[in-house]
Amino acid sequence: MTPAIELIGIDKRFGSVHANKDVSLAIATGSIHGIIGENGAGKSTLMSILFGFYQADAGEIRVKGKPVKIRSSSDAIALGIGMVHQHFMLVEPFTVLENVVLGAEGGRLIGPALVKARAELVRLAKDYELEVDPDAIVGELPVGLQQRVEILKALFRGAETLILDEPTGVLTPDEADHLFRILRTLTDQGKTVILITHKLREIIAITDHVSVMRRGEVVATRKTMETDVMELAELMVGRRVLMHVEKGPATPGETVLEVKNLTWKDRKGIARVDNVSFSVRKGEIVGIAGVSGNGQSELLDVIAGITRPASGQVIFEGKDIGILGDPRHMRAEGLAHVPEDRQHRGLIGSFDAAESAILGWHHLDSLGKGYRLDRDKVIARAKSEMEEFDVRPPDPLLKSSKFSGGNQQKLIIAREIKSDPDLLIVGQPTRGVDIGAIEYIHKRIIQLRDEGKAVLLVSVELDEIRSMSDRILVMFAGRVMGERGPDATERELGLLMAGVAQDAA
Amino acid sequence: MNLYIELLASTIRMSVPLILACIAGLWSERSGIVDIGLEGKMLIAAFVAASASAVFGSAWIGLFCAVLASVAFALVHGYASINQRGNQVVSGVAINMLAAGLAVVLGNEWFKEGGRTPALPPEGRFLPFEFPMLYDIPVVGTFAKIFLTHSILAYFAFAIVPLSAWALARTRFGLRLRAVGENPQAVDTAGISVAALRYRAVIIAGVLCGVAGAFISTSLSSSFVRDMTAGSGFMALAALIFANWRAYPALGACLLFGFLQAIGNFAQGASVDGFQIPVQFINMLPYVLTVVLLAGFIGKSVPPRASGIPYVKDR
Repeated sequence: MTPAIELIGIDKRFGSVHANKDVSLAIATGSIHGIIGENGAGKSTLMSILFGFYQADAGEIRVKGKPVKIRSSSDAIALGIGMVHQHFMLVEPFTVLENVVLGAEGGRLIGPALVKARAELVRLAKDYELEVDPDAIVGELPVGLQQRVEILKALFRGAETLILDEPTGVLTPDEADHLFRILRTLTDQGKTVILITHKLREIIAITDHVSVMRRGEVVATRKTMETDVMELAELMVGRRVLMHVEKGPATPGETVLEVKNLTWKDRKGIARVDNVSFSVRKGEIVGIAGVSGNGQSELLDVIAGITRPASGQVIFEGKDIGILGDPRHMRAEGLAHVPEDRQHRGLIGSFDAAESAILGWHHLDSLGKGYRLDRDKVIARAKSEMEEFDVRPPDPLLKSSKFSGGNQQKLIIAREIKSDPDLLIVGQPTRGVDIGAIEYIHKRIIQLRDEGKAVLLVSVELDEIRSMSDRILVMFAGRVMGERGPDATERELGLLMAGVAQDAA
Repeated sequence: MNLYIELLASTIRMSVPLILACIAGLWSERSGIVDIGLEGKMLIAAFVAASASAVFGSAWIGLFCAVLASVAFALVHGYASINQRGNQVVSGVAINMLAAGLAVVLGNEWFKEGGRTPALPPEGRFLPFEFPMLYDIPVVGTFAKIFLTHSILAYFAFAIVPLSAWALARTRFGLRLRAVGENPQAVDTAGISVAALRYRAVIIAGVLCGVAGAFISTSLSSSFVRDMTAGSGFMALAALIFANWRAYPALGACLLFGFLQAIGNFAQGASVDGFQIPVQFINMLPYVLTVVLLAGFIGKSVPPRASGIPYVKDR
């Protein structure tokens, strides 16, 4: 059978960046083909070429065996290629129906197209488990449904091949499972799916074939049945990956942070952090596990001084600092904070890296006297941090938003670790970060611990918690459900995360 | 009774340029191009209409030239905003300054009357229709005196509102135009040209401002005098915000502002308990009301999401 799509010798440069090097790929009709690689490996560029956003400098695209030229998205759509973008291409104030019809109206008036689309949506909903209310305003739908609208858009345009770019990044596990069921149904009915992701588990769970990209090249294509997570990870990074973090036993010292009967209430008066007590000692990593939204974020905010507790104490090196509610004061006391949401709280996208690298420490005398900021010093500081923490590209003048997620996170971790804190609190250190950077970030955090500093780690990734922590606390509905050692089984922690108490906190 | 009829008829007259400019702004801004330059486009159109009409002796030729001039200015704004991705507010302000200066300089050079254009003869103007046979009939006559004493351009303005509302809601062009003002990337990925859509919107705005300008100098008045648009373009923008970027509410807002202007004209020289109200105070009222209404009396006003943001094809 002829492949649905063939890419032959695709080459693309952006200035000095060689984004795609002689890439060749064949996508079998009716299969789910995964393309995996670290951020910046060239996956998105390749798909953008296939969808007509960019033109390849060299190479050939064949659709169903025929060589084609794809100069624009409309060419791609006409050839039966549909794309579901990572950031949805939806008009939020429009209804589902209007979004589906946009660009495929078929006449000067949209009335007939809306009628046709409504009937088509009913059919697609039945065939593929793609139910959406056609009259709902897209901006008011949850992301899972918005994604469904994107898929419907592509199918309405007669897509035979569907490209999904990092589709699960915004989805809950349940929504992701539903998406995978939809994709399977699509391929069962003869459609072809290209799935771009950097999540190895998804590749293993859903794809038929997988191609691994690294630095612009396809380094391997495998049948998914014949490979495993370890091999793929190794191919992605180009060397053996330690899936388990190597660290020696902890040698805890005196208590640095003590949280006593801490309660925090939201505006409606509901306790989101409910009577939580624990302590963190020098030279240990305490991990807080839990399903997202069970009070971890609020707990972090209180400890970092961003919000004030309703009651209870945060005792840091013998002083109750909880009542202060002042992050700058906290930092001055020797507490560093890597926030969960790096885009909104960790850095400022439109600032250059050097500026983002001093946020929260900008008042230090080492960066200029009085009201003056010494730009040379700021840049020099950023430069050395970027080199030490392997931030790529190591350009202090590049806008923060231009770095990949992993490199942004390295920039923030560098800033906080270099402040020489007694306690580092870290929220979701590796969310949206690629494997190479994850490994590095873990190594630095453990190094900090081995230097005798205290670390409080909050993560929804159970693997991360288990491999990093010396003690594990599990939060559920604002309360600490229990404490376990690093040898706790996944099942044991899972039960606690689900709120099944085996012992009182 | 006669005073009220006059006041309402005047309201309709005064709101015509506001409606045209407001709908011009509606088209432009729904496509994502902020148009501060409505005022400038109207002003240059008013000047060109009066000049061309004076030279050629035809109101229609005046109108035609006014529309051309206004569209030319609109295209400058379009080029700056769409191709060059410039700041749309700056470009609009530049259009306003250019129009104000150019009209006076050219007017002085051509007609040597200190920036004025020569007074137009009747055939050089859009005169109101008259139906004297209706005016004596009870009730019908009252309506006729309010609604049937306007020039063709006024009826055009009132026809443009439902036409625009319909086109935006029901046509392919309208759907795409609204989409490009909200999320141009969605339009681009659907295989539709963002620039072409925005240019079309900007040209429509130019045409409507051209008609508005011609109405001011050849229908409301019989010559061009400097700064004769007197901020109507900005009031139209205020009305647009007030109306939350929708056509029918925009009509209502423009009628309200037109009513205030009419009251301003009528109340000049009025006195309360023997105290003469200063003319300036009366003239100020529509503007004060605009500020008050915009500051407090309208709910959240949500502009098209992409308005003012140049589209860069970047991911």
